[in-house]
Amino acid sequence: MPAESLSFIFLNAALANNFVLALFLGLCPFLGVSGKLDTAVPMGIATSFVMLVSSISAFGINWILTSLEIEFLRLISYIVVIASAVQLVEMVLKKFSPALFHSLGIFLPLITTNCAILGLALFQTFKEYDFLQSLAYALGAGAGFTLAIVLMAGLRERLALANLPTPAQGAAMSLMLGGLLSLVFMGFAGLGGQ
Amino acid sequence: MSLHNPHIDWQTFTDGLWKENPVFVMLLGMCPVLAVTNSAINALAMGLATTFVLLASGLLVSLLRHQIPKQVRIATYILIIATFVTIVDYLIQAISLELYNALGAFIQLIVVNCMILGRAEAYASKHRVAKSLLNALGMGLGFTFALLCLGVVREVLGAGSLFGVDLFGSQFEPWVVMVLPPGGFIVLGGWLLLFEWLRERRAAAQLEKEAARAR
Repeated sequence: MPAESLSFIFLNAALANNFVLALFLGLCPFLGVSGKLDTAVPMGIATSFVMLVSSISAFGINWILTSLEIEFLRLISYIVVIASAVQLVEMVLKKFSPALFHSLGIFLPLITTNCAILGLALFQTFKEYDFLQSLAYALGAGAGFTLAIVLMAGLRERLALANLPTPAQGAAMSLMLGGLLSLVFMGFAGLGGQ
Repeated sequence: MSLHNPHIDWQTFTDGLWKENPVFVMLLGMCPVLAVTNSAINALAMGLATTFVLLASGLLVSLLRHQIPKQVRIATYILIIATFVTIVDYLIQAISLELYNALGAFIQLIVVNCMILGRAEAYASKHRVAKSLLNALGMGLGFTFALLCLGVVREVLGAGSLFGVDLFGSQFEPWVVMVLPPGGFIVLGGWLLLFEWLRERRAAAQLEKEAARAR
């Protein structure tokens, strides 16, 4: 178990190794839901919540699987837990905020296939974090994801007003913007380890 | 089966290669596209691994399409995909440990590649085995092609080499940023820009031809 402090793990996951901009995880919602700030913020929060739940469950599952020595089932068990966590969030949102539920649309169930979440569960297993470290890692990853998607949404709201040549309208320019954001986040690289 | 049909649907195969290319047109499965394409060999390995999972899961989903209950189909597809990804994961580890370390967690993350689930849901669950396999092969090769497009550009510019072979000699100053994360975004943005521009030019030429014919 690595002896990294909790604050280091948090900052590392949120900034220096931002899940979206440095590790390329969770790009589908990052490109798909970042059109407007109103949907980007709840999407970030919902994803962070699923991350937290799946991180805790993944920790428990990994403990069980290792003690039974059936680690090859890890991937399958993780994905099942994540799918259930997403289902939970979906039901809660549908009950308490139907408007939000509809504006997130297809991207809500697609959190299941958001690689940021499975990536988080896998990385925390590879790095052999203990329980508190896993929690800090999940919180940091969630904060980083929310930060990236909100920044991107702000940029794209501005971009919508800009006068672009027609081939550049759409995904190409969003990717270029993502590249610039990622370049900016590389400035944090001195902060963290790998 | 459609193999006896003289009008074998080559279109289901070729669509994936170009017209409905999963990466350049549908923008699916972005995460591995950007993450592992910092060298051409990684891109090729990732593309082939994904193609294998696509083929195997397409086969199984298509075979079981009448047995899988509608309510739990997504969960079933994910379990099928996860099984094959686990197989690929152990296979690559057995074949080349070096490659396995370079690709890291992204092999296991093939599970959450939305393209594979999308194919299972939209195609394999509705079509016969041969057709599903053809479609999966087309999509997989299209995906590999797109990965190679990115990997080649990024490796040539970022490291001055191709498939590990040095291209420019020692005086070449590599654009390190191209093998770093921002390079992935920028190169893919550049490819999309190029394709969009070509498509627009072709559409404009088409319009002109029709206008000339009308005159």
